[in-house]
Parts: sequence; C-alpha cells; structure tokens
Amino acid sequence: MKKMNLPYVYAACLVLVSLLLSAVPASEHGYKVGDTARDFRLKNVDGKMVSLADYKDAKGFIVTFTCNSCPYSVAYEDRLIELHNKFASKGYPLIAINPNDAQVSPRDSYDKMQVRAKEKNFPFPYLHDETQEITRAYGATRTPHLYIVQKQQDGSLKVAYIGTVDDNYKDASQAQKKYAEEALNELVAGKQISQPNTKAIGCTIKWKEA
Amino acid sequence: MMTHKLNLLLASLVLLLLTTTAASAQKVEVIKFADLKELRNQPHDTLYVVNFWATWCRPCIKELPYFEAANQKYKGQPVKVVLVSMDAVEDLDSRVKTFVQKRGLQSELLLLDEVDGNSWIDKLEPKWSGAIPATMVFNNKRGHYEFREAEMTEEELTTIIEKYK
Repeated sequence: MKKMNLPYVYAACLVLVSLLLSAVPASEHGYKVGDTARDFRLKNVDGKMVSLADYKDAKGFIVTFTCNSCPYSVAYEDRLIELHNKFASKGYPLIAINPNDAQVSPRDSYDKMQVRAKEKNFPFPYLHDETQEITRAYGATRTPHLYIVQKQQDGSLKVAYIGTVDDNYKDASQAQKKYAEEALNELVAGKQISQPNTKAIGCTIKWKEA
Repeated sequence: MMTHKLNLLLASLVLLLLTTTAASAQKVEVIKFADLKELRNQPHDTLYVVNFWATWCRPCIKELPYFEAANQKYKGQPVKVVLVSMDAVEDLDSRVKTFVQKRGLQSELLLLDEVDGNSWIDKLEPKWSGAIPATMVFNNKRGHYEFREAEMTEEELTTIIEKYK
C-alpha cells in the first residue's frame, strides 16, 4: 500500500461504528417482539448441554427465565409444567433458564436447581445461564419472564411473545386471562397474536456482582 | 397476695408494651390501583418518593433502610416517602404487618392488592418491566419525575431527593 486511501478508511470506520452501535441496543435492552432471538448452549440439570438447535422438529419454544428462589416463579412452576405438557406436542416445548448468579442468590445454585427439578419432576430442561449472557441478550429483567419464539423457514427464531403466564399469580384456578396460552394457541393456529406483550410483577434478576 | 400484685404488674407491663409497639408501628393500608393512580396524580407541591417492595424481595429489603432514613431526614419538609408492598393481601397480617413491626418502619405504608400486573403497570409507568424494587419520585406541581427499576444505594436515593426537593 503506497498511500492511505482516506475515504475508504473513513468508510470502514463508519461501518465499524454503526455495527457497534447497532449491537448495543440488542444487548442493552434485549429483544422486542419481531426480533430474531439467538440460540444458546447451556447446561441442563442432568449435566447435558442443551441448545435450541437440538430440537429439530420444534416449531418454536417457550423460553422461560425462572428460578428456585422467587416466590412468583415457584407459584408458576405447575403452570409452566402444564404449558409444556400442552404445547410440546404441538411443536412448542418449554425451555426453562435460571438467570440468577449463584453467588448472589445461593438458593439458585446448580445443585439446588437439580434438587428442585427432581422435586417437581420438570418435564422440560432447566438450564443455568452461568455467565448471564443469554439473559442479557434476551433482555429478561425478572422471574418468571417468558419469551415465545417461532422458527422461521430459514431456521431463525422470531420472538412472537414476551411477558407473563396469566393474570393471577396467586391462584391458577382464578386466572381469567391466560396470556401465554392464548398466544400459543394463536401461534399454533397460524393467527396473529392479539396480545404479544404483557407485564407482571416479578423478582429482579440477581446479576453477578462486579 | 404477692402473686396477685406481681400478676397485675406483669399485666400492666404487657399492656404498656403492646400499646407502645402498636403506637410506634405504622398501619398498612390496603389499596387498589385506582388509589395508587390518584396518589400518582395528586397535584400537591410535595416530592413523593414511592418505593415498590415486598417482604419476599431481598434487594428490596436491602434498600428499605435508606427510604426509612430519608423519611426521617426530610421530616417537616415537603418530601413524602411511601412504601408500597406488593405482597399478597392474604399475607397482610402474617407477613407484612409482622415485618413492619419487626423493622419498626415509620414511612407511610400501602399494600397494593392487584393480581394482574398487566392491567396496571403500563398505565403507571410503561418503562417498568415489573421487576421490583422499583421507585418513582415525583413532584406534580413542579413537573418533576424520575423512575428507577433497580436496587438503589443510599447515595443514589439522596441524590435524586436533593435534586428535586
């Protein structure tokens, strides 16, 4: 190279900066409905590594950030099992991810996760996001926090629903609006999801201390 | 005779203890979202510091003393600390009141009796994902408003209050 071609250097810098900038919101604020979700490889309570790519026949997933220590998460455990049992056969298995740092929240350690999964006989994987990279990428802020993703023709995963299970954390039998179930029914029927975003009070994610 | 006197003394002591703890512990008022919204929209020239917490929320409990300290520190000034419990209303006596008494909480205490967060969170603050602790600081007359969905340090809380008071 005889001479630096300045316009090209500028252009390259611009591309680099815009790439960096576009990368920031995804990791800072997480996914929104319509975004493409990333796959992951996390350790299950049975010691095996689990990726969404392992599920060749799945049409999508109910990726749920949940944990042992949050009373809201515990209150929803049976309902998560029910959702899985109802929708796994329809192509949408549930994948539970514990986002909490075990140092900050000892009740969410891998050992304690194994105990809880056994006690409740979870029919779905219960993975630990040890580095919290996936939790950040998805933008989960609380437990429980559900992301329903749908596999596209090209194999990518489109976020179809972000939110909560239903409108009554205290009593499943009193729930009037089953937000997640309705969204899944609509998804399975090939319809537009009428309420793709819902909110609920939940426990804060226990982030690693710097 | 002696035992009778002793019993009387003991009884009055117990009574005294009971009345003083009852007087020092704050009442917890159960509210619905409409009440909370009214509080949020009050046109008063007061800085409201509204913290959402629960007895089951560890980070909430960690920061509660800072809110209590602020409540004491700004007494007599137009600053009002309100602690809104997200505990289930069924746990009011068994958990919330016990907790309030044990900690001797002095700030105004409310318990929001709503099971469906989706029906009200966005109406109060769209930026709130629903995780607690969360804190709203506002003076409606002056149009001051700040929202935090995070556990705060004492310094952070003081900085916000000092900025607007």
